[in-house]
Amino acid sequence: MQTFTRRQSLALAAALAAGAALPRAALADTKAEAAELIKRFADGKEPMKSTVTLDLPEIAENGNTVPLSVKVASPMTAQSYVTDLLIVADGNPNAKTAALKFSPLSGKAEASLRIRLAQTQTVTALAKMNDGSVYMDQKVVKVTIGGCGG
Amino acid sequence: MKLPFAIAAALLCASVVLAGADEALKGIPAPPGHVFKTIYSGYQFRTAKTRALQDDDMQNPGFLAIDRAADLWNKIDGAAGKSCASCHGTAEDSMKGVGAKMPKWSAALGKPVNLEQQINICRANAMKATPWPFKSQALTDMTTFVRFQSRGMPVNVQIDGPMAPWFDKGKELYYDRVGQLDLSCASCHETNVGLHMRADLLSQGQSNGFPTYRLRDQRLIPLHERFQGCMHDVRAVPYEPLSDEFLALEIYLAWRGVGLPVETPAVRN
Amino acid sequence: MAENKPRIKLPKEAGKGEIVQIKTLITHPMESGQRKDADGKPIPRKIINRFVCEFNGKPVFEADLETAISANPYIEFFAKVEDEGTFTFTWVDDDNVVTTAQEHIALKA
Repeated sequence: MQTFTRRQSLALAAALAAGAALPRAALADTKAEAAELIKRFADGKEPMKSTVTLDLPEIAENGNTVPLSVKVASPMTAQSYVTDLLIVADGNPNAKTAALKFSPLSGKAEASLRIRLAQTQTVTALAKMNDGSVYMDQKVVKVTIGGCGG
Repeated sequence: MKLPFAIAAALLCASVVLAGADEALKGIPAPPGHVFKTIYSGYQFRTAKTRALQDDDMQNPGFLAIDRAADLWNKIDGAAGKSCASCHGTAEDSMKGVGAKMPKWSAALGKPVNLEQQINICRANAMKATPWPFKSQALTDMTTFVRFQSRGMPVNVQIDGPMAPWFDKGKELYYDRVGQLDLSCASCHETNVGLHMRADLLSQGQSNGFPTYRLRDQRLIPLHERFQGCMHDVRAVPYEPLSDEFLALEIYLAWRGVGLPVETPAVRN
Repeated sequence: MAENKPRIKLPKEAGKGEIVQIKTLITHPMESGQRKDADGKPIPRKIINRFVCEFNGKPVFEADLETAISANPYIEFFAKVEDEGTFTFTWVDDDNVVTTAQEHIALKA
């Protein structure tokens, strides 16, 4: 039987609170939501546009299944490693896409997923290091409507 | 939506130019009497990233179905107390090449049968089990699993002898304009191959990869469901899955792809 | 519902300190909650919201997943192998349905 750990309960509560606080309707509001998520993750720091490489297609074959890869150049030793990685999409109904956690046991701070993109938008990947520094990369993905009934 | 029918004649040529393609399409010579000189799998018309999804058995979501069906193959089901394995042993051996030749003639029924129908015939007759409904996960999984045993083998459907009238009917249906939009299969998949319809790149509409994992639907789609979708999209009343019409069309369509490798489970848009 | 068997690929053995690639794939509709059914009623959200990989009990990689993750989630990541041992993989969905799997890895001599 699965019970929530305390950490999961706190994360869930925080997510619910965040959800309640941020309206999600038009594209403009999701951009604001995305910016807010980035600001919170960066915790007062200005994310540096380096070290992180976000790989996404320029044009998605289909917005329902878009392959995403992200890698962070880090030695991943106990002295210097990526702790968290946040992926945010500013044109989706829900801007938060995934939050990844690494440790020195990861060996490499690299992961691949498949995501949904509702429309052409900017996807941002932010990485936080154990010393608190924050890096990021962004990609614009064009999402089109298919020809034959989508 | 405008379709450039005016340049139909010019498009009936062997070379296909893709907007933004960075490599030549890899096709094979078409069977004799074919309208094309070269035929191409739908694989060739997808982006590199989509092809990569198909090529990696770990990334290809169709393999979740294959794992499920592999278990189902060994599962005893029905009043006869048998599983598929009871008669057919190991699928890798007994089913090798079977999917590449479907639909095939059934002397018992006096008509062709496709893979879905044959699976249900086995279930009803040999296993005394309830046939699986079309589009059910079990039937789609098992169809995928059986056809997968022919992966890489060339499509080779029989079109002579008793199959001939079915082939002719299928050809007639292929070129039949239907629906409010008054389009036939050929309108897109023969006349306008390599062109875009909105953002969709039109392929030759081959069936060598079915059942196919469609990124749009995020599940495996059997061929007759795709036929229904196309007919629906031209605003025609679709024929029923496993109907004689779709069976005839499946036969004709298989012939249009003779020689192409079976790619089940393929990944397409 | 029948047991949901995930697909997992990683090497059977690794050198000490070697970094191995792990690929996972699991069946799940990842219903986003954005879709409506034929009657226009919203289809409730039901997704896998968490994935954890541990090695000999220690966390290697974790992911909190949201509604933008495609159906049949594919998750690929890496792990540094210092000892022989067991990887455990856990997927948790919104209804607290938990799927787990284990894979053993040996150290090359």
